[in-house]
Amino acid sequence: MPSTDDSRRRGSTSFDSASEGDDGRIHRFSLAERIVHRITAVLMIVCILTAAVLYNGSLSVAIGHRHLVELIHVYCGFALPVPMLLGAVSVAYRADLHRLGQFSSADRRWLRSRTRRDGTIRVGKFNAGQKLNGALTSSSILVLFATGIIMYFVTLAPLPWRTGATFVHDWFSIAVGLLVVGHITFAMKDPEARAGMRTGWVSRHWARREHAAWLHEVTDGADGDQTDERVDS
Amino acid sequence: MLGVLGLGAVGIVAGDRVSSGLSGLLAPIEQRDPTGLLSLIPLGDTFRFYSVTGAVRTESAATYRLPVSGLVDAPHTYSYADLQALPRTAFVQTFQCVTGWQVPEVHWAGVRLAELLDRARPSSQARAVRFRSFDGTYTESLTLDEARADDVLVALEMLGAPVTHDHGGPVRMYVGSNYGYKSTKWLSGIELTDHQIPGYWEPRGYAIDGRLPA
Repeated sequence: MPSTDDSRRRGSTSFDSASEGDDGRIHRFSLAERIVHRITAVLMIVCILTAAVLYNGSLSVAIGHRHLVELIHVYCGFALPVPMLLGAVSVAYRADLHRLGQFSSADRRWLRSRTRRDGTIRVGKFNAGQKLNGALTSSSILVLFATGIIMYFVTLAPLPWRTGATFVHDWFSIAVGLLVVGHITFAMKDPEARAGMRTGWVSRHWARREHAAWLHEVTDGADGDQTDERVDS
Repeated sequence: MLGVLGLGAVGIVAGDRVSSGLSGLLAPIEQRDPTGLLSLIPLGDTFRFYSVTGAVRTESAATYRLPVSGLVDAPHTYSYADLQALPRTAFVQTFQCVTGWQVPEVHWAGVRLAELLDRARPSSQARAVRFRSFDGTYTESLTLDEARADDVLVALEMLGAPVTHDHGGPVRMYVGSNYGYKSTKWLSGIELTDHQIPGYWEPRGYAIDGRLPA
């Protein structure tokens, strides 16, 4: 069980986002981050499934119960930013949020590179794709949140704004749906990345391959040796 | 990130114009799109199908009955053929949902509700009209004055064809110049009452006066 593994290892784990376990495994995500991720994932999936029922004509007619489906969708939507905001009480969560928000010139080169996975451009804790996904998804969630409020509380805004909000909500939900599909596709291709988010720990080998600059940093330069340029954070 | 938020804000304010422009541009292409993929794009100006219960039974035109009852001197029950035999009114009007989505230039046709009210001869206590749906749950209401407006139809046709089951057929209300929730689908009864009885959505947040802003 991941949880027992985790408690056994926590003795050698500082509260910060990264450190080394007894068996040379690397601590990647704190408990707070994993809980925020899990709750957000559940809320997002419920939002997507209920959105499909509200939007797709054949599903709407087959399932009906529009008010109930709408309530589930709306309350899961309102709840969606909450775990992310509560996560901010965790130091490790704030540190990773900061890392996600930092776009360096090396990140831009990584995004443009055709051989970005060969390790030439050394990647920090998050690669540029993860940073881009984080920025686009979180800002889109805020847009969906705001437009959702305008649509749900019909007395808040004049009718043309509600029409505009519906239009924006439709297109942003398609965009977020694609981002989520992309996110899950990348996760399915990398079991160890998934294990990292599930248990909090990753292998040294994986860290060296995917996030060499981060491994270098958390092992105080003992591993993830600096052969080439470095990507900060 | 700020760019995305800005895009969202501009979209709220200008979205209704962009939406109608885009659908005007894409609708002709969508109709000729052999893959059908374009219909997955949220063009905005499409119907969303509302049903507040589970699956609604299908009612055939042959067995359909519409009673007009309550505070009237001459209650009637109409078959589908009876309704077809009454004077037909047709017009084109935008369907507007209270949450914001709209479908411009929908073709509606049927019998004016005023025609059925005149035939039923409302008693002097009658002040409002209540609509029932054969989904077993949905109700709506209008004041008697609102109910007599020219664009309030007992609709038999919509979008140039008989009203389909998913759109509330065989017979539904179309209350013109009002938000969509006033237009009861799967209409199964019209009853005159001495006051307006709140319908399905009113306790759930929508105003009993569903008239569109002028």
